[in-house]
Amino acid sequence: MSRTPLDTVEHAAATPDVELPWAELGLKKDEYERVVEILGRRPTGAELAMYSVMWSEHCSYKSSKVHLRQFGEKAPESDAMLVGIGENAGVVDVGQGYAVTFKVESHNHPSYVEPYQGAATGVGGIVRDIIAMGARPVAVVDPLRFGAADHPDTKRVLPGVVAGIGGYGNCLGLPNIGGEVVFDACYQGNPLVNAGAIGVMRHEDIHLAKASGAGNKVILYGARTGGDGIGGASILASETFDDAKPSKRPAVQVGDPFQEKLLIECTLEAFQEKLVVGIQDLGAAGLSCATSELASNGSGGMRVTLDDVPLRDSTLSPEEILMSESQERMCAVVEPDKVDRFLEICDKWDVIATVIGEVTDGDRLEIFWHGEKIVDVDPRTVAHEGPTYERPYARPDWQDALQADDANKLPRPETSEELKDQVLKLVASPNQASKKWITQQYDHFVQGNTVLAQPEDSGMIRVDEETGLGVAIATDGNGRYAKLDPYTGAQLALAEAYRNVATTGAKPLAVSDCLNFGSPEDPAVMWQFAEAVRGLADGCQQLGTPVTGGNVSLYNQTGEAAIHPTPVVAVLGVIDDVARRTPVAFQEEGQLLYLLGDTREEFGGSAWSQVIHDHLGGLPPKVDLERERLLAEILISASRDGMIDSAHDLSDGGLVQAVVESALLGGKGARLVVPDGLDAFTFLFSESAGRAVVAVPRSEEVRFNDMCGARGLPATRIGVVDGTSVEVQGEFELSLEELRKAHEDTIPALLS
Amino acid sequence: MTARIGVVTFPGSLDDRDTQRAIRVAGAEPVALWHKDKDLKQVDAVVLCGGFSYGDYLRAGAIARFSPVMDTVIDQAKAGLPVLGICNGFQILTEAHLLPGGMLGNDHLHFICRDQKLRVENASTAWTSDYTAGQEISIPLKNMDGRYVADQRTLDELEAEGRVAFRYLDFNPNGSLNDIAGITNAEGNVVGLMPHPEHAVEPLIGTGRTDGLPFFTSILKKLVNA
Repeated sequence: MSRTPLDTVEHAAATPDVELPWAELGLKKDEYERVVEILGRRPTGAELAMYSVMWSEHCSYKSSKVHLRQFGEKAPESDAMLVGIGENAGVVDVGQGYAVTFKVESHNHPSYVEPYQGAATGVGGIVRDIIAMGARPVAVVDPLRFGAADHPDTKRVLPGVVAGIGGYGNCLGLPNIGGEVVFDACYQGNPLVNAGAIGVMRHEDIHLAKASGAGNKVILYGARTGGDGIGGASILASETFDDAKPSKRPAVQVGDPFQEKLLIECTLEAFQEKLVVGIQDLGAAGLSCATSELASNGSGGMRVTLDDVPLRDSTLSPEEILMSESQERMCAVVEPDKVDRFLEICDKWDVIATVIGEVTDGDRLEIFWHGEKIVDVDPRTVAHEGPTYERPYARPDWQDALQADDANKLPRPETSEELKDQVLKLVASPNQASKKWITQQYDHFVQGNTVLAQPEDSGMIRVDEETGLGVAIATDGNGRYAKLDPYTGAQLALAEAYRNVATTGAKPLAVSDCLNFGSPEDPAVMWQFAEAVRGLADGCQQLGTPVTGGNVSLYNQTGEAAIHPTPVVAVLGVIDDVARRTPVAFQEEGQLLYLLGDTREEFGGSAWSQVIHDHLGGLPPKVDLERERLLAEILISASRDGMIDSAHDLSDGGLVQAVVESALLGGKGARLVVPDGLDAFTFLFSESAGRAVVAVPRSEEVRFNDMCGARGLPATRIGVVDGTSVEVQGEFELSLEELRKAHEDTIPALLS
Repeated sequence: MTARIGVVTFPGSLDDRDTQRAIRVAGAEPVALWHKDKDLKQVDAVVLCGGFSYGDYLRAGAIARFSPVMDTVIDQAKAGLPVLGICNGFQILTEAHLLPGGMLGNDHLHFICRDQKLRVENASTAWTSDYTAGQEISIPLKNMDGRYVADQRTLDELEAEGRVAFRYLDFNPNGSLNDIAGITNAEGNVVGLMPHPEHAVEPLIGTGRTDGLPFFTSILKKLVNA
């Protein structure tokens, strides 16, 4: 884009035949024609810049929104929901006057191109979403997926991503309390870096992204605007990678966590003094997004003087300023008589703040440059009325063959010795191994409210020091299950996150999701997406946990090879008193181990089939959401009434993985007996859903059993916490020392 | 009557509110101090808390040391005001030459966050009198630049004078010389350490232990009994 002559609105109207680089900016021909139709003339360069980023897949959800509507249509009745889908993040009532906002977003593409900055700015972006709702961020979580653990590129991507998350989050003072790390060759070249954050506020402090009240000032504050991240949303996040194209590295933004920390404190202080009418963070699509969204959500129009935007690089063109994704910037709408105080607070925190425009009576978003009008649009057409695609979708023809390739028929261990070897292999496999090498690079303790952090089943944060009110969050998503059956896979992700929250004693309240898929232009991928969304929406309806918001990341594929469909689901829960939380670690010798739920021969997509046979086929475990709900109720009651001292959900790796983790964390072993009706192999490795293993003090056994019996939840006594080994009677015994070595040495050996 | 203990907030301070809570839990009164303000509001002691002051972009603690509030802290510390520096606060104290030596990047080049075992070597400073010498405690450690270094003469002096206040046990998390986790000045009023006692003052929270609380009860007793 050239700077001369200035492409004003007037100039555009007078020169209808000028060709604009719409294709280079990622627009399709019919989309460009639609812009011309909306405006009744060709767009100016600046207008084209705005439409191109705002109508990108990343910002407009044009391929996904016909499906995402189900989250609203099927939303269960919930008193907890204060702000739903469509805002920066959903807000949930957690009682005692507190509200919690949480969201998960993807930063996948940038993190592959430039792992450190890609991941760091992912944390920065999600945290600004949380602040923009009026909340103080209190924790972050990071669900991550990488290529094969032993692939050389994983050694480039993973350490950079982890250092970036740590480098940014640690410097912001946000405890990192959860998330997952999963390796699978399908993510080679398309790692998933999802970032979640939670914020806490009082009900009356909820803020929304809207510009109302003619005459109110629009203030841009935070970092100066530079040339970084131009086209990040439209070019980077909305296309597949292609070796033949030039490097997209300049499209990745660079983060400054120190600036963001100042932005948090300064914004919260402005909120506290009630100086803010509306607020929006600048993330994807930068100023284009913030101005058009603020204006279209408000009652009036907006006039912006682009010359007033503080620049890092004075040579930037107006189009570049509008598209820049420079980090650590926010946009606030402030009443005129409060502007001085707002600027004072920014000055106190050494944050640059500039009035760049005002809310107007009309319904137009007008942007000026050197005194000339370069944008004159209806903001709704930019922010909300982007294209909607009914992409064709079709169940892939390989799906039947994949499901017919039954994992239950794989050869099983024939001797106790073989069984023991497979247990060791499993707990040492990259996906099941301890992720301490990774999580110890994150601060868990800052803010002094962390009750539980990874590797616990869910992260838990105290919200109120007096009453002990707390919130818990878990994220889960198993791409292998979803590949076998995307509908069930999405529900299994939901079920697992729901269960993980309940296992720690918290009541699941609401859901956020990050839906990571391949190219929507591939009907097979679109089918996976449609099925996963349908599964998740149905599941949320049944469990009574509404989806409060989320994020879709498409085009996670290189060439023809798409990632496994990977819906990552975050469930938020509340606990009345964090003193009643239940940890994973075994607490006391002599306590009785109970397996809750039914164990079936379910090995499709299992860790066992992957580790031992490098196999993916068959059907994923069955989902029974009513059972999940019952299990959750039992776990919460048992936790509240002191009937269990530790609990661990069963998921990938099955029972043996859970018991080994509880044993290693507690430094106490377990003696297990294979229950009647099960063989040792199924008992140890099955991945049937709706299960947990709990440790019951002997004094509580009768009461606990009575409760499970009365409610109809199968509870099977499977052993006792004891000794310094994990022993399966009649089969094998593995010392904690041996297990610890297997479990903890894998990741450092691969990565350091 | 209780003691008033100031906690300085620099831009980029992270543990200021946690430190205030720890002071409150111990029974003292926390007082917020601001980096641009030379006035210490007549507090009886000061804590420089953890974080990344000014982003630690030049060198950990190097810019904070020149902030207005530090002029007063340095003067008063020399006159006997009890000052505790935790993590970034320790780094600021060495940059301000209130404590000898300095901190380099961890030898393994990663940020590290863990429950760290320490031995209390000196239980006679203003901030450690509620411990007993030789006591073993566990408190959280979390830093990027935690490798304590000093020239041999300084190390010899610290060791000879019993001014190594805390030593890492079982595992040296950052390559610190002599396993040094924290030191004191000769007078015992200025103490700095890398681990975070303010994160270990309540059961349930963090590691679930309260091994860090004696820092705050030590100073409270000293001030109230003074």
